[in-house]
Amino acid sequence: MNVYLDNNATTMVDPAVVEAMMPFFSEIYGNPNSLHRYGTASHPAITKAINQMYKGINASDKDDIVFTSCATEANNWVLKSVWIDKIMHGEKNHIVTTEIEHPSVLSACKFLEDQGVKVTYLPVNDQGVVEAHTVRSFITEKTALVSIMWANNETGMIFPIKEIGEICKEKGVLFHTDGVQAVGKIPVDMQDVHVDFMSMSAHKFHGPKGIGALYIRDSQKLTPLLHGGEQMGGRRSGTLNVPYMIGMGKALELATENIQEKMASIAAKRDRLEDALLSGLTDVFTVGDRANRTPNTILISIRGVEGEGMLWDLNNALIGASTGSACASADLEANSVMLAIGADNELAHTGIRLSLSRFTTDAEIDYVIERFESAVKRLRAISSSYAIVQPTAGGEAGEHHPHH
Amino acid sequence: MAKNDLMSGSLWDQYSNKVTTLMNAPTNQGEITQEECDTVGHKLIVADFGAESCGDAVRLYWEVDPQNDTIVNSKFKSFGCGTAIASSDMMAELCIGKTVQEAVKITNIDVEMALRDDPETPAVPPQKMHCSVMAYDVIKKAAGLYLGVDEGSFETEIIVCECARVSLGTLKEVIRLNDLTTIEQITDYTKAGGFCKSCIKPGGHEAREYYLVDILNGVRHEMELEKLHNAADAGITGDFETMTMVQKIKAIDAVIDESIRQFLIMDGGNVEIIDVKDSPEYIDIYIRYLGACNGCASSSTGTLYAIESTLKEKLSNKIRVLPI
Repeated sequence: MNVYLDNNATTMVDPAVVEAMMPFFSEIYGNPNSLHRYGTASHPAITKAINQMYKGINASDKDDIVFTSCATEANNWVLKSVWIDKIMHGEKNHIVTTEIEHPSVLSACKFLEDQGVKVTYLPVNDQGVVEAHTVRSFITEKTALVSIMWANNETGMIFPIKEIGEICKEKGVLFHTDGVQAVGKIPVDMQDVHVDFMSMSAHKFHGPKGIGALYIRDSQKLTPLLHGGEQMGGRRSGTLNVPYMIGMGKALELATENIQEKMASIAAKRDRLEDALLSGLTDVFTVGDRANRTPNTILISIRGVEGEGMLWDLNNALIGASTGSACASADLEANSVMLAIGADNELAHTGIRLSLSRFTTDAEIDYVIERFESAVKRLRAISSSYAIVQPTAGGEAGEHHPHH
Repeated sequence: MAKNDLMSGSLWDQYSNKVTTLMNAPTNQGEITQEECDTVGHKLIVADFGAESCGDAVRLYWEVDPQNDTIVNSKFKSFGCGTAIASSDMMAELCIGKTVQEAVKITNIDVEMALRDDPETPAVPPQKMHCSVMAYDVIKKAAGLYLGVDEGSFETEIIVCECARVSLGTLKEVIRLNDLTTIEQITDYTKAGGFCKSCIKPGGHEAREYYLVDILNGVRHEMELEKLHNAADAGITGDFETMTMVQKIKAIDAVIDESIRQFLIMDGGNVEIIDVKDSPEYIDIYIRYLGACNGCASSSTGTLYAIESTLKEKLSNKIRVLPI
């Protein structure tokens, strides 16, 4: 059985989304900025997609939702343009973010640090969550922007965006949230929170890759990242990616209609999988309270089983999962989220992330439970962590001081 | 960056079939007990290397016949990824049948070579090389235990990278053996510098006694000197045309010293190099005659010809010698 449990990395495009996109490749292909009928033919569908986007996150008509090529573009746009607007051409010189943001935020922040911007990387608590009062205590008069994700990709933990938004509003600081792991998974209501900018990505909610969006509260100023033909009201130039915009709108509509029911259905399968693994295996733990987690995500640590080794065995069983741990990534870092939440160092290399989707079936969950347990059994049989015969005197591994 | 670097993530596709096979079914996985060894009068050696907190740990077991120091059986346990398990398995395999003295000569290169499907294609991508380095380290540790040599030396070795626990000696050796030239390569081969990064260069969050940049520069400098030395010893054969200008001048000097100057001195003369000019077609060496040579009739004919042909023969056909 093929089971894809890496939906926080990307998702299958819903066939209904593909169907909605298809006419806009070879039938209705005119440039929407053209005056002729071929250009304007796509306008009703684009308007519909825009409406679906606004409805999907309950944005106000005064707000902008600008389509981008991906959420990485949206994140870079906010960080670099706030730098231009508020730091290069303003009095501010400070950005607040967290240790466990997506690389598109962290790398952009490192870049800005190289340009002389001060950046504070906030720590997370043992649940993997940044606490609102921590954010408050690090905002200074020089702070231009707070950038904090809505939900974390590794743990699925949901951050207190409403509280942080209120703090930023009170302090008069711009607030950006990377909403990639939240939009389409949990209710996101932009009129209920005070957020200035929010990044989104279609392929995380069964839309196509190569399309994202940036929500901009009250259509406020943000210098464009891409200059050109003044599309999207001059906010983001580049010929409109019509089929993908339509795909994103459709995907968001499908993900957000009856979202409570969808969440309950995914959470039921997730909880069953999590409970089975926690009760069926010894020396395992999962990260974060389920009640405050996206309903599709499990980050489980398995003592004595290195993450990439586990992925290997799962892959042999045709199960796709992921890990941010040492061997899997080129930079040999341990799972940064596991380290950030204060997990023991030795557990930072044993994290496996399982992320479900609304297409995950009960039969798939049964299969994963069985194969997951047999993989753990096999790898623990090989593992030095479970060896019985102890080293010859003097043969122990030396004292070791990790510095994370 | 180029075309072949545009796609990443195909890490596992770069594993040899042997690595894949051993990961799926390691042949030497398991433990050797004291009882098993006692019944046949053999000695059990068990050594650990690495740590779970580094992402890789291996325990090596040897059953050694004390009559002839032969490793009659070897097993391993490993916490690690596929290549760590496959490397540990191959390491144990390579130990079996060898004496302890022979086994200690097994290097990470031997383990990696043994994992190749064909001799020309690496068994694992570069960032996985550290797995075989660990195999090398644990063998040395086990051998130290068995031979009782300088058990304390393992405690007093200078650890450059604490996170990955990589010693100065290992670093120097790995740089030398694998001809490494960058910090990234050192990290790929040893894991040193791959964690907290404090040991790469000064300015990290912890001050260190040794830094990888200095060690790399030091070893490269030593290797360069040795190369020059060897080149000089060998009468400067090496690839003269690709040498730097300073190396070229030294090589020319060496040839003149060895094969030319003595004959000039016998005749009461001498020669000095004034300049060397490099162009795609020629390497022009400007010389000045000293003493008796200066003004000697032969200095622009026979002697000049002898000098030029000697340099051509020993260094490069592109050489022209021009007296001024």
